[in-house]
Amino acid sequence: MLRFKCPVCGLRDETEFDYGGDATVVRPATAETAFEPWYDYVFLRDNPRGPHREFWHHSRGCRQWVVVERDTLSHDIGDVVLARDAVKENRS
Amino acid sequence: MTMQPNRLAVGGRIDRGTTFSIRFNDRDIVAHPGDTLASALLANGVKIVGRSFKYHRPRGVFSAGVEEPNALVQLREGARTEPNSRATTVEAYPGLVARSQSGWPSVDTDLGAIVGAFARFMPAGFYYKTFIGPFRNTRWWMFCEHFIRRAAGTGIAPAAPDPDTYEKVNAFCDVLVVGAGPAGLSAALAAARAGARVILAEQDRDLGGSLLDQTVGDTWLRATVDEVASLPNVRILTRTTTFGAFDGDVYGLVERAWDHVDVPPPHQPRQRYWVVRARSAVMATGAIERPLVFGGNDLPGVMSASALRAYLNRYGVLCGRKIVLFTANDSVYATAGELARAGAAVTIVDMRSDLPEELRSRTAAAKVDVLAGFAVVNTHGGKAVTAVTVAAVSGREGGTKGPVRRIDCDVVGVSGGFTPTLHLWSQRGRKPRFDTDKLAFLPDGSIPTLVCAGACAGADTITDAVSSGFAAGAKAAAAADFVGDAGALAPPKLADDGWQRGAMLISAVRAPDGEIPAKSFFDLQHDVKSTDIELAHREGYVSVEHLKRYTTNGMATDQGKTSNVNALARLAELRGSPIPAVGTTTFRPPYTPVAFGAIVGHEIGRHFRPTRLSPIHGWHAARGAAFIDAGSWSRPRYYPVSPGEDVQAGYIREARHVRAAVGLVDVSPLGKIAVQGPDAAEFLDRVYTNMFSTLKVGRLRYGVMLRDDGFVFDDGTTARLSETEFFMSTTTVNAGKVMARLEFLLQTAWSDLKVQVTSVSDQWATIAVAGPKSRTLLQATCGAADLSAQALPNMAFACAAIDGVPVRIHRMSYSGELAFEVYIPARYGHSAWAELMRVGEPFGVAPYGTEAMGALRIEKGHVAGGELDGRTTLKDLALERFASTKKSFAGCVLRKRPVLEDPTRPSLVGLMTIDKTVSIKAGSLLFPATGDIAGHGDGHVTSTTFSPTLGGHIALGLLARGPARLGETIRCVDFLGGTTVNCVVTAPCFVDPEGVRQNA
Ligand SMILES: [Zn+2]
Repeated sequence: MLRFKCPVCGLRDETEFDYGGDATVVRPATAETAFEPWYDYVFLRDNPRGPHREFWHHSRGCRQWVVVERDTLSHDIGDVVLARDAVKENRS
Repeated sequence: MTMQPNRLAVGGRIDRGTTFSIRFNDRDIVAHPGDTLASALLANGVKIVGRSFKYHRPRGVFSAGVEEPNALVQLREGARTEPNSRATTVEAYPGLVARSQSGWPSVDTDLGAIVGAFARFMPAGFYYKTFIGPFRNTRWWMFCEHFIRRAAGTGIAPAAPDPDTYEKVNAFCDVLVVGAGPAGLSAALAAARAGARVILAEQDRDLGGSLLDQTVGDTWLRATVDEVASLPNVRILTRTTTFGAFDGDVYGLVERAWDHVDVPPPHQPRQRYWVVRARSAVMATGAIERPLVFGGNDLPGVMSASALRAYLNRYGVLCGRKIVLFTANDSVYATAGELARAGAAVTIVDMRSDLPEELRSRTAAAKVDVLAGFAVVNTHGGKAVTAVTVAAVSGREGGTKGPVRRIDCDVVGVSGGFTPTLHLWSQRGRKPRFDTDKLAFLPDGSIPTLVCAGACAGADTITDAVSSGFAAGAKAAAAADFVGDAGALAPPKLADDGWQRGAMLISAVRAPDGEIPAKSFFDLQHDVKSTDIELAHREGYVSVEHLKRYTTNGMATDQGKTSNVNALARLAELRGSPIPAVGTTTFRPPYTPVAFGAIVGHEIGRHFRPTRLSPIHGWHAARGAAFIDAGSWSRPRYYPVSPGEDVQAGYIREARHVRAAVGLVDVSPLGKIAVQGPDAAEFLDRVYTNMFSTLKVGRLRYGVMLRDDGFVFDDGTTARLSETEFFMSTTTVNAGKVMARLEFLLQTAWSDLKVQVTSVSDQWATIAVAGPKSRTLLQATCGAADLSAQALPNMAFACAAIDGVPVRIHRMSYSGELAFEVYIPARYGHSAWAELMRVGEPFGVAPYGTEAMGALRIEKGHVAGGELDGRTTLKDLALERFASTKKSFAGCVLRKRPVLEDPTRPSLVGLMTIDKTVSIKAGSLLFPATGDIAGHGDGHVTSTTFSPTLGGHIALGLLARGPARLGETIRCVDFLGGTTVNCVVTAPCFVDPEGVRQNA
C-alpha cells in the first residue's frame, strides 16, 4: 500500500485517495477548438520508467487534489503538493 | 490410552503431566500440551499421513515447520473445516479432528496407486498444453478435470458459512521485527532499548526460533525473552505470520488468535488480520533446510535432518531407532550426537570425503558411524523406508560409483544445506543474489527501511545471528530516528557448527550407472521429478519462471519452500550455466496461506460496505416497503399492499395511481452540490453543455455534462438560488464522481475561478410529489405559499414551509405528470413525508418505489442509467438541443470527432411489443425483422417496463439510424434467455409528448 504525505492531513494510506491520472499533461484552454490539443490531453500519455508526477484526490480526507511524485519502478514516493500550487508553478 | 511408541520418557517442551486424545483418520492419537499434530502423529508411530498428488505414493511428515510439503490435512469438521492445514504447524488440542486429504479409500490402501495412473497422461506442461495449446477450448479439460479433482489431494472447502468471527487491526510502530529467533529477539531488544515502539511478530506459538529445537541456549533465551517482554514499548505477537511486505513499509500479518482450539471463546476472533505501518523493519526470518534429491527420497521416514532435531528436543519424540543422516554440510553432526544419546543407532552418510578431524573425533565419541565420501542413491521399502543403498561419490555433481552397500534404517534425515527465507525481501521488489561461498541466495543491495538479520542474511551460527540481529535492531531504530544507546547483548554460550560450513550444493544424486533414479523427487507436494525438469528443458522452458509454471515445481501450497533451489540447480546443470546466471523465481504474498476470512474480517454480507439510508427510511420500513440495493443505497422498491403482492403487480399499481391521483417517492439519494461564488455561473457554463449564466434567479434548468472525450457523463436539474449561488442535482450513481470532477477542475486548470463547491447530498431530504393532484396536496400542506401555475410555472422553484420547517419546492417532472420535488432539511425529511401522507389522505396519496418511478420515466422517454452508460453521446440520446453553440464547454471539441458523428450510430428509440403479453429483456440485441441473426445486430435494449398507460410492454433502446425507422418491426433477441420478441419502433416518449400534463 502506498502512503502519501498529504500537505493538509499528513501521512495517509493510499486507500483514502483516488488516482487521478498523469499530472504532467496540461488541459487546453476551454476556448480551444482544435482537435489535436484535446487528443493529446485526453488520450496521449507517456509511460515513463522512473520518476513521474500524478494526480491523486484525497477524497476520503480533505478533498484536495494533490500532485504526487512517484517512481514507477520502485514505487518510492517523493514530494506531495497541492494541485492548485503545482498548476500555478506550471503556468509561471 | 494407547502407547506412544516414539515418545521419550524425558526431554522436550511438552507437558507430559497432561494427556489428551485427538482423532486422525478415525484413529485415536495421544497428545500432550505443546504438541503439534505432526509431533503427536510421529510420537504415536503414524508413518503415512497422505498420498501424493499425481502418483498416489505414500507420504509421511517431512519437516517440523511451515515448509511442510507432505503432511497436509483437512482440519476440523463441518463449517469449521479447513483444507491444506500443515500438520507440522497445527497445534494439538483436546478433541482435534483431522484427516488426510488425499487417498481413497484410505491413505494406507490407495486404489489410485494401483490403478496407477492417470498420472502418465499428466507430464510436465500438462496444464500449459491443455489451456494454451491445441486442446484449448475443447472438451479435453472437462474430461481430465473429472479425474484430477477426484484423485488429487487438494482438500475440501467448507460448504457452510464460517461460524467464527475475524478481526482487522490497523497498527503503527517504529520498528517491526519479523521472527523471534535469536536474531529477531536481539533486534527487538536493541530497537526497544533505543526507544522505538516495537512490534515483534513470531509465527510460532513460542519465542525462540531455532533455539526451541535445541537444549543448550535456554538460559539466554529465557533472560532475553524476559527482558523483551518487560519493555513497555514492545508488543509481542505470537502465532502471527508476517505474510506480506508491501509498498510504503506496510506489512500484512495474520494472527491465529484462537486457531489452537476447536471453538474460540465467546466474542473472541479466530484470526486477526494486522495491517502494520512500520517506519522500519527487521527481517529475521531464518532459513529452511533444503532436502537432498535421490531415488525414493519421498518415502515416509525420509525427513529433514533439522526436523529430527526439533522433534527430539522440542517434542520428546525419537522418530526412528536406526537413523541414517545424509548430508553435504556440518549441520547434522550435533543432531547425530543428540539422536545417538537418545538411543538411536546413527549413521552419517556425508558426500564430502575430507572431513575435519574435529568432526570425526566427536562422532566417534558419540558412537555415530560416518561414511565420508558416500551418497544415498536409493531407498527401499513399500510404505516406509526400511533401508538405503549407498555408493561412493565419484566426481562432481552428485555422481557415484559402485559397489553399492545397503544399510537398514527406519528414518533417513537429509540436509542439503539451508535456504534463507527471503520472501519479504523479494516481495519488496528486490532480487536476491546467489552467494557462491555460502551456496545460498542472500539479500542483494539494501532497502533503507528493511534490515535483514540472522540466518536469512547468511549468519552461520547462533552467535552471529545474535550479533547481526542486535546491530540490525539498532540500525532499524535509527532509520526510524531512534538513536538512543542500546547497550550490548552477549550471545548464548553454546557450541555451534553453523549451518552451511563446508557445504556443497548438488541438484540430485546419480546412481553408479550415471542416471538420476526415476523416482527422485524435487517437489514433493506436486510430484515433480527430475524427468519433468528435463522435459521442460528439452521443450525450451529454460527460464526459471517458465520452468516453474511448466512443471508446476514450487506452485503447490508450500510454494516450493523446500524444492525451488534444487530444481533450479538441476536446470542450471541442464543449461550448463552457473546458478547465479539462472537466477531464482519471484516470491509474492502470502508467505504461507492466509484464510480469506482473516482478510475479509467484518466486511461480510451487509457489512461488506456501508449501506446508505435516506432520512425517511424509517417510515418506509414501518410501512413494510420491499427494499432494493441501488448502488450503496437501500431504497424502497415498492410498497406491497398485501403480503402476496409481487413486485410486478406492485409497481404497476403504484405507477397507475400516480397518473390517476398523486404519489410520493423518496428521491433523497439524488446527488446535491452547492455551487457558490462570483464565478459560479461561468463555471457551470463550462461544465454543462447548455447555458446557465442566462438562467434567472428562481428558475431551474436541466443540464447535461460531458466527459472531455465527448461522451455524456451525467445529467440533472440545477436551480439558481441567487446571482452567485446554484443548487445542482446529479444522478444518484454519479454523485461522487461529479463532485470529484468539479473539485479537480477548480483546483487545477480553472483554479482562477472564484467558486466553492460543497456536497450537500446528506443535508437535504427530497420528496417527489407527482400526479394530477400533486398541486392540491402541496397547497393543502404548505398553505401560505402560492403554488398556482401562474406563480410557480414548470421549471421554477418557490420557498414554503411544512409544519413550520422551511422547504424549497422545485416544480419539475420526471414522470411526465404535474410534479414537484420538495427539498427539506434532512432531519425534517421524515416528519415532512409523514405530514404529506397525513394531509394527502383525502386526495388518495400513496407512496411509490423505484420500480414505479422507473416505469413512469420510461413511459416519458427520459434517459437514466441504462442509457447514460458512458458510451453514448448527446446525439445518440437525442439531447443535442442541449449543446450550446454560443460557448465552449467540457467535451465540446471531442464530441465532434468524425466517428461520433457517424449517422449509423445507434440512437435512442422507443420499442413496443406487438404481442402485448410478452415482455422485453434489457440487454437484448436488436435485429431487422428478416435476415440472419448474427453479430451484434443494430443496437440493444437499454430499459424495459410494463406500461400501465399503454397496457403493454415497452422499452427504450439504442438502434442504428433509429429516428429514421419509426414504425419498422424489429426483433429483440435475448441470447441468454433464448427468446425473440417482435417490436415496433416508436419515438422514445410514449406518454403525453406535448407535455400537457406536466405543464398543467
Ligand atoms: Zn488531505
